[in-house]
Amino acid sequence: MALLVIAEHANSELKAATLNVVTAAKEIGGEIHVLVAGSNAKPAAEAAAKVAGVSKVLLADAPIYEHRLAEDLAALVVKLAPGYSHVLAPATTSGKNFLPRVAALLDVAQISDISAVVSPDTFVRPIYAGNALATVQSKDATKIITVRGTGFAAADATGGSAGIETIEAAPSSGLSTFVSQELSKSERPELTSARVIISGGRGMQNGENFKLLEEVADKLGAAVGASRAAVDAGFVPNDYQVGQTGKIVAPELYVAVGISGAIQHLAGMKDSKVIVAINKDEEAPIFQIADYGVVGDLFKLVPELSAELDKVK
Amino acid sequence: MKVLVAVKRVVDYNVKIRVKADKTGVETANVKFSMNPFDEIAVEQAVRLKEAGTATEVVVVSIGPAQAQETIRTALAMGADRGIHVQTDAEVQPLAVAKLLKAIVANENPTLVIVGKQAIDDDCSQTGQMLAALLGWSQGTFASKVDLKDGTVAVTREVDGGLETVDLKLPAIVTTDLRLNEPRYASLPNIMKAKKKPIDATTAEALGVDIASRLITLKVEEPAKRQGGKKVGSIAELVDKLKNEARVI
Ligand SMILES: Cc1cc2nc3c(=O)[nH]c(=O)nc-3n(C[C@H](O)[C@H](O)[C@H](O)COP(=O)(O)OP(=O)(O)OC[C@H]3O[C@@H](n4cnc5c(N)ncnc54)[C@H](O)[C@@H]3O)c2cc1C
Ligand SMILES: Nc1ncnc2c1ncn2[C@@H]1O[C@H](COP(=O)(O)O)[C@@H](O)[C@H]1O
Repeated sequence: MALLVIAEHANSELKAATLNVVTAAKEIGGEIHVLVAGSNAKPAAEAAAKVAGVSKVLLADAPIYEHRLAEDLAALVVKLAPGYSHVLAPATTSGKNFLPRVAALLDVAQISDISAVVSPDTFVRPIYAGNALATVQSKDATKIITVRGTGFAAADATGGSAGIETIEAAPSSGLSTFVSQELSKSERPELTSARVIISGGRGMQNGENFKLLEEVADKLGAAVGASRAAVDAGFVPNDYQVGQTGKIVAPELYVAVGISGAIQHLAGMKDSKVIVAINKDEEAPIFQIADYGVVGDLFKLVPELSAELDKVK
Repeated sequence: MKVLVAVKRVVDYNVKIRVKADKTGVETANVKFSMNPFDEIAVEQAVRLKEAGTATEVVVVSIGPAQAQETIRTALAMGADRGIHVQTDAEVQPLAVAKLLKAIVANENPTLVIVGKQAIDDDCSQTGQMLAALLGWSQGTFASKVDLKDGTVAVTREVDGGLETVDLKLPAIVTTDLRLNEPRYASLPNIMKAKKKPIDATTAEALGVDIASRLITLKVEEPAKRQGGKKVGSIAELVDKLKNEARVI
């Protein structure tokens, strides 16, 4: 039987998170179909059709899917699910929002946040903030899965030539309506797909001081992240939060500045390839996992880092 | 308007958990347990609605072993009115929790159900959404603001790109995110008062719900340890190492 991947997209474009899910689907094995549910989402469907390994794209193009409200999107996926062995979505706020609804309507236990595929019914998923890895086997007929992006490489965005089949929208539930959104605007790469990330914590003292990190980020082509403490204090918006209950990231280089290294923060970044920590407290737990620690005042060291990068570039 | 809140007893967020040598799970003997932090936020929100005169009664539910009663008491001390304890020593996965909550909703008829966005032990983030599906209700997940109106509730949600606001038809399910509020500490007089508040006990059988696990845990292991701990003496040395040793810049 085939697998259904629910695309993460912004109507006019396919989001990178979809590509990691396609790889997870490949590891499970079977023909891969991608559902693009959106409004004026043809560009996203066309991008999905080009992804290597995808054999069919289903496009449900209707105004009710513009913001992918969980109630309406779940109803559509439930209708399609009987034709598939597995239904997969990224473990993004969108995937986490609608997929459990699909699972419950199918009377299936969802397998959240898988980081590895063992066999078509057995998967590895982190629990307790990633301090333990559980290998779980599903007894349900349909496997409903959210995929942790850092566990799977991105599939090639090109090389495929799948057909696009237009499908009917499901009736609107009328349960919820979109009102507004406040999206953070940034020229920088997205946190979850950035090659380099520089994050600030409570040690930054205020939002204004994040400019110091932005200066370094611009030189490294990095995304800027934060600890929960920095978000709670209002230094930066909520979508900067890295951690157990924020974004899970695994860039090639993660620079933690003024972050102590609580387990909830480590849960979101400890799979980064190289970790740098800048902290004035030499006992800070972040140093235990850092490949390169620098002890000192960030207000002296971060400008120094910025200047030093000019020299090597 | 009645508000129902679900609270889970979990290993305290400060505990550094250890995986059992036989790989069957994590060590829970002699470990501190607390209310799931997101559920404290849920209780706080419900109590605030009551204090504002919007809610008339706050009922808390916990599913778990005998000690889950302590978790319910904590919620009662924060200001909830009464508790329901679904007693079980079995592992209860989110789908089963949602089915139990559905049965309780049928008895209690709340207008709003508030649960945490995620239990910090299983990290599933499923229960609220599943309950909404089973009831055919609307859902507002990862809420950082909840604004009750006549017949609807506006929920501001923390999403990957920033914030999103949706209007939900009542009755509705809300799941809490960290920025929704800062939960209070129960005062000593309120802890005393909570001892007299009622807790009803029930079971999955009495509620007619099959709670058998659908996911079988084959093993639980410790993740690979990171080799860290090296320090460098200066920023110049750091940049040199990043460039020539790690080759990431
Ligand atoms: C349910 C729950 C979920 C959570 N989820 C998350 C999550 O997803 N992500 C997350 O990050 N946290 C999360 N937390 C919070 C976590 O437990 C910590 O409280 C938080 O990560 C601490 O942030 P911090 O390191 O910035 O602040 P602190 O722990 O206060 O550390 C600040 C650090 O800055 C250093 N510093 C201060 N001034 C300077 C200076 N001038 N120069 C250099 N260094 C300096 C200090 O030495 C200190 O180490 C969660 C907590 C709970 C209970
Ligand atoms: N055993 C339980 N008893 C009461 N509430 C629970 C239980 N399990 C989960 N919940 C609720 O569901 C939320 C999400 O849990 P989960 O889906 O397991 O991440 C928690 O924050 C609780 O509000």
